[in-house]
Amino acid sequence: MNLLRALFALLVFPGLVYALPMGWLMLGSERRVVARLQGRVGPPLSQAFYDFVKLLAKWPVARTRLDGLLFTFLPLLALGSSLGALALLPVLAPTGNSSGDLILFVGLMEMAPLCAILAGFASRSIYGEVGATREAILGISSNVPFLAALLALAYASGSLELARIVLLSPWAVRAPALLAILCCLPVKLRINPFSVANAEQEILAGPLTEFSGPRLALWELAHAMEWVTLSGLVAVLLVPLHRLSQPVGALAFILASFALVPLLATLAAATARLKLAQATRFLWRWAALAAAIAFATAMASRFWRA
Amino acid sequence: MGTLENPVLRLVDRARRRSAWLYHFNAGACNGCDIELVACLTPRYDVEQLGIRLEGSPRHADILCVTGPVTRTTREALVIIHAQIPDPKVVVAIGSCPATCNVFAGSPMVAGPVDQVIPVDVYIAGCPPRPHAIIQGIAQAIELLVAKKEIDP
Repeated sequence: MNLLRALFALLVFPGLVYALPMGWLMLGSERRVVARLQGRVGPPLSQAFYDFVKLLAKWPVARTRLDGLLFTFLPLLALGSSLGALALLPVLAPTGNSSGDLILFVGLMEMAPLCAILAGFASRSIYGEVGATREAILGISSNVPFLAALLALAYASGSLELARIVLLSPWAVRAPALLAILCCLPVKLRINPFSVANAEQEILAGPLTEFSGPRLALWELAHAMEWVTLSGLVAVLLVPLHRLSQPVGALAFILASFALVPLLATLAAATARLKLAQATRFLWRWAALAAAIAFATAMASRFWRA
Repeated sequence: MGTLENPVLRLVDRARRRSAWLYHFNAGACNGCDIELVACLTPRYDVEQLGIRLEGSPRHADILCVTGPVTRTTREALVIIHAQIPDPKVVVAIGSCPATCNVFAGSPMVAGPVDQVIPVDVYIAGCPPRPHAIIQGIAQAIELLVAKKEIDP
């Protein structure tokens, strides 16, 4: 029963069957909203899907055996772990007893950026290496407030289970924690003020410079999964899904996830790229402040309850 | 290969038609054609609605856009970058210089027109060509891209 439920979560909802079209739709609508804000028509909403198919149908560049293995394995790992993290989100069984566990979620979530860093260094291209370095520095800076916010939530609810965290954490903790997570969202999705690691016009495509054809397609897909997972995390924390019946809850989850896309796209269109030092300074100052407030209120709420 | 009855192949053709990524190589141009190519991305012409994107890495590209006559210093780079683009690929020569060397013909610094270095599929005339002409040329290149089924050795 539990295995069946886990398989359903991984393969159907909120896993593969939901996440693939949703990821493509999110990427497509992000580009379209940015285009509209710049006074352009923009690509069709299905653009990311067509990009994926086209990349898949390109002939791969011949590589040495080890490089080929590495270049295929890293994006696959990134894709699989993002999908796994998504499947752990307590969407359909929000009343507890789901096996989704915070530590596993964070581990899977952090796999994709780690794979991108490894891919950048493995490519041995100068652009890849610079991009990977930037990704690593930004990753550390964004993970401190991100993980602190999640820990504050866990501490306030007294559990490491995602379902219980979503159910029990009080809003005094949840609001600043969400703020910290929202600050980290554009960093983790590498969109505009924080598109330091994949800075086009500067270091080509960052860690993915040397990837081509089907392997690049896998990366694009992994990136789409990151969109779905991170916006899903915010949706789960923001919408009281446990008060809704299952189909309505699922619908509310989908709508809330998707509502983040125009917000992030507006941010991306309205801002220019920050320098690495500016981006890290913002994270250490403001996102960390929100996370610290979340932590303080979490401790206060535990103290009150005791 | 390539009967259009197969739905997978039809989808691939459709995807190639709707998602052409360009790589722009300045082989020694005066920057006139480069400006006109970038003008295609602005709100007035907005080629992104056709799925066209200017990519920074040749590994990601489908269409190689060359501007300018090939100089002695860029000749080798052009060969390498052309080889780095995965198949199927199409080469577009933008402006008069890559076709004939234009006013630079006879210069000791110039190695020759582009088609002496790599095969060219589409020529766009003009000095510089208007963005309309460039978009038309890219559209022709996309049709060639869809028609190319075999690997170019």
